[in-house]
Amino acid sequence: MSRPAVSIQSVSKRWTPEGRAPVLALDNLSFDVAPGEFIVLLGPSGCGKSTLLYMIAGLEEVSGGTIACDGEPVTEPSAERGLIFQEASLFPWLTIADNVAFGLAVQHVQPVKRREIAVETLKRVGLGDMLDKKPDELSGGMRQRAACARALAMRPKVLMMDEPFAALDVQTRARMQDFLLQIWRDSGASILLVTHSIDEAISLADRVVVFTSRPGRVKTIVPIDLPRPRESRDPRYHAYRDLFTELLADEVDRAFAEQEAV
Amino acid sequence: MTADAGQTRLGEAGAGRPAPKIKPPLLSPALRRRLSAIGWGLISLSLFAGLWEALWFFGMLNPLLLPPPHLFLSDIPGTLKFFDRSNRIGSVASGVGVWPLLFTMGSTTLRVLVGLTLGFTCGVAVGAAIHYVKLLRNLLLPTILLLAPISPVAWLPVAIFVFGIGDVPAIFLVFITVFFAIVLSTGAQIESVPKNYIHVARIMGASQRQTFWKVILPAILPSLFMTLRLNLFAAWMVVLIAETVGVGTGLGQITSMARSTFNAKLVFFTMAIIGLLGFLSDFALRQVQNKMLWWIAPNQGAAR
Repeated sequence: MSRPAVSIQSVSKRWTPEGRAPVLALDNLSFDVAPGEFIVLLGPSGCGKSTLLYMIAGLEEVSGGTIACDGEPVTEPSAERGLIFQEASLFPWLTIADNVAFGLAVQHVQPVKRREIAVETLKRVGLGDMLDKKPDELSGGMRQRAACARALAMRPKVLMMDEPFAALDVQTRARMQDFLLQIWRDSGASILLVTHSIDEAISLADRVVVFTSRPGRVKTIVPIDLPRPRESRDPRYHAYRDLFTELLADEVDRAFAEQEAV
Repeated sequence: MTADAGQTRLGEAGAGRPAPKIKPPLLSPALRRRLSAIGWGLISLSLFAGLWEALWFFGMLNPLLLPPPHLFLSDIPGTLKFFDRSNRIGSVASGVGVWPLLFTMGSTTLRVLVGLTLGFTCGVAVGAAIHYVKLLRNLLLPTILLLAPISPVAWLPVAIFVFGIGDVPAIFLVFITVFFAIVLSTGAQIESVPKNYIHVARIMGASQRQTFWKVILPAILPSLFMTLRLNLFAAWMVVLIAETVGVGTGLGQITSMARSTFNAKLVFFTMAIIGLLGFLSDFALRQVQNKMLWWIAPNQGAAR
C-alpha cells in the first residue's frame, strides 16, 4: 500500500478556557487515510471531530502527537488541504467566478489563467452559468457547490468538510451527496467528512470513524462494504444503520449522564 | 379537469400548465417607487411652507424675524449680492450673479469633502493599526477613548491656535468629527469579521497583507460607510461653526454676517441652501456607496 494521504498518530487536543482547568477534547487518536479514500467522521456533537479537521487543515495546533500529510508533518495551512464549512462562507463582495479564483489570485496566477480555471471548475460542479452572479443570488445548495469549486480549483490532495450539508433541506442534501461522490471520483482527492447523520455516513463512506463523546477517542472504524450507488432499501444498509445507531446510543447516553452530573 | 385543475394526482406529476399571463405595469416598479418618493417629498415640503405662509398671512408671524419662503426667495439678485467677496463695507454692491453664491457653496462643500476623506482614511488606518499592533493599542487606545466623546466644537479654539485663520481649522473640525468614530468602528468591525473568512484566506495561503486588503477591508467597508453617513450631518454642522469663527468664506460666514446685520431674509436663504447641500451630499454619498459596495442590495440596511 502506498504512503497514506493523511496520517494521524496519537493526536490529542487540550483546551484551556480562561481561568479554568484544561479540558481534554481529543485523546490519543490514531488512524490513516489512504490516497483517494472517503472517510466519514461520525460522532455525537461536541466530540471534537471538527477540531480534528481544523488540526489537519493546520488552523489549530495539536497538543500532542503528530499529523502528517503525504509524509510531511502539518505545520501551517495549505491549499493542498481544502476545508469546506457548514456555511459556504463565500465572500459576498466577489462574483462566484472570482470567489473560486480567490486562491489563485492570492498565489498571483495571471487573471486570464485564473478565469479559465474558475470557469472550468464551476462547470465541473454544474454552475457553469452562474459565473458572474453574486453569492446571495444562489440557493444554499449552489453556494455549497461553489465553495467546493473554490477548494477544488486549488487541486487539493485532501478535501475536508465540516458538516457541509447540515444547513440544507433534505432533498437538496440527497442531491448534494450524489454530487459529492462524483466530485470525489473525478478529483481523486481523499475526503474527510464530518457529520452526525448516520445515513450520510453509510451512503458516502469507504470507512466510518466512530468517535466517543468527550474526550473524543476513536471508538471503532467501520468499513462500509456496499457497492455504490447505495440503496437505502438494501437490507445490509439497514444492518449498518442498526450498528451505528447502537454505537452512537452508548455515547449519547454517556454524554447526557455527564451533563446531568454537572 | 375543471374544478380541480390545480391538483396533481399520483402518476400525473408535473403536468405542465402555462403560467397565467401577467400584464406588465405601465411604469417599472423602481420608477414608480422613485416618483412616489419625490411626490411625497414635495407634499411634505409644501405642507411645511404652506403652514409658514399661512401664519404670516394671518399676521401671526413678524416677517422681519421669520420671513416666509416667498419673501426670502423673492429678491434673489439682491440676496446674491451678499455672497460677493469683492464687496467691502462702504463700497457699492456689485458683481451680482450666481458665481459668488456657487463659490461660497463650493468652498464649504470642499471643506466637508476633504475633511471627510482625510478622517475616513486616517480613521481606518489608525483603527487597523490599533487592532493589529498590541503596543499601539496599549499606547493609543486609552487616549482615543478619552478624546472621542469631546464635541468637535470644543476643538475649535485648538484648531485656530494651531492652524490659524483659514481653511485648515474648518477641515480639521470635520476631520475630528469622523476620525474617532471611524477609528473605534474599524476596530469593532475587524473583530466581527466571520472567522471562516479568515480561515479561507489562510488555507489559500494569503499573507497578512493580502488578508487585510482582500478580505478584511471589503468585509468591514459597508459598516464603515454607514458610520461615515451617520456622521455626515454632524460634519455639516461643524463646518458652519468653524466658518463663522475661523474662516473668511463659506456659508457659515454668510450666516454669521446675516445674523449680525439682522438680515432675516439672508439667514433663511442661507439655511435653505445649507439644507439642500446637506441633502445632496447624503444623496451623493449613497450613490458612491451603491457603486463601491455593489454587492449589497440598495434596499438593504444602507438605504434610508
